Amino acid sequence: MKTKRLTTLGLLMALAFVLSYVEYLLPLNIGIPGAKVGLANLVVMVALYSIGSKDALLLSFVRVLLVGFTFGNMAMMLYSMAGAVLSFFAMLLFKRTKLFTATGVSVIGGVFHNVGQIIVAIFVLETASLIYYLPFLIIIGTVSGVVIGIISSMIITRIKI
Amino acid sequence: MKKNDVYLIICILVVCGGIALITNLVTRAKTTDAAVAVVTIDGSEYGRFPLDVDTEETIRFEDGSYNTLTIHDGICDISEASCPDQICVNHMPIQYNGQNIVCLPNKLVVTIENGEEDDIDGMTH
Repeated sequence: MKTKRLTTLGLLMALAFVLSYVEYLLPLNIGIPGAKVGLANLVVMVALYSIGSKDALLLSFVRVLLVGFTFGNMAMMLYSMAGAVLSFFAMLLFKRTKLFTATGVSVIGGVFHNVGQIIVAIFVLETASLIYYLPFLIIIGTVSGVVIGIISSMIITRIKI
Repeated sequence: MKKNDVYLIICILVVCGGIALITNLVTRAKTTDAAVAVVTIDGSEYGRFPLDVDTEETIRFEDGSYNTLTIHDGICDISEASCPDQICVNHMPIQYNGQNIVCLPNKLVVTIENGEEDDIDGMTH
């Protein structure tokens, strides 16, 4: 059982890592900073529904550390960490209410990922006017959340980990 | 997807779309002719550039990185930068009060502010 958990986590970790890399290679330039599809959230979503919240949190945490050390820098890691942690707990909360399916939970994840990053950016840059970006980023987070949610619910129903 | 998911998505989109529209209209209405681009580096002000004067200013940092600020026809843009992500360069140009361009790697923020003579305080003097 322990070996199975270890291999599953390792596999999902590698998947999240690769998806982060793909996203790093193909940035989305639409004039708004921080707009992303959030492909790695796909793995966190699948983990949340299939292997439980504790392991999903661990996965999300290790992913941010690995990606930060490999492709980014300390500042970037700080932003990702704030976004990842906030979005994870928001998703967990919404999943526990049992009112929403994977799509709704994923939308909340996308929205709070951006909210977390903006909050850190406001503190780091000491510029409260960044809040102007928030409505746009939340809309983008919603759209990407819907996409990720639909894909992950397909995966969750088809693959039993 | 269930009904609740759809409601959630519609709620978020309507609320944020509304807020974005209102703030956009308000900033447009509030912008005066004497607007300036204020450049801030790591929290402290670097300089103010009036939007009605065409300028090109290269801001150089101690570590060799730079951002080039261009003001042309009352529109402010970052035309060139040394940062790896180039988010500030790809950012759409700004011209209305409160809009800003941020370069996270260089900790640089460009914000549009109204000129001092149009402040409420300025008028009551």
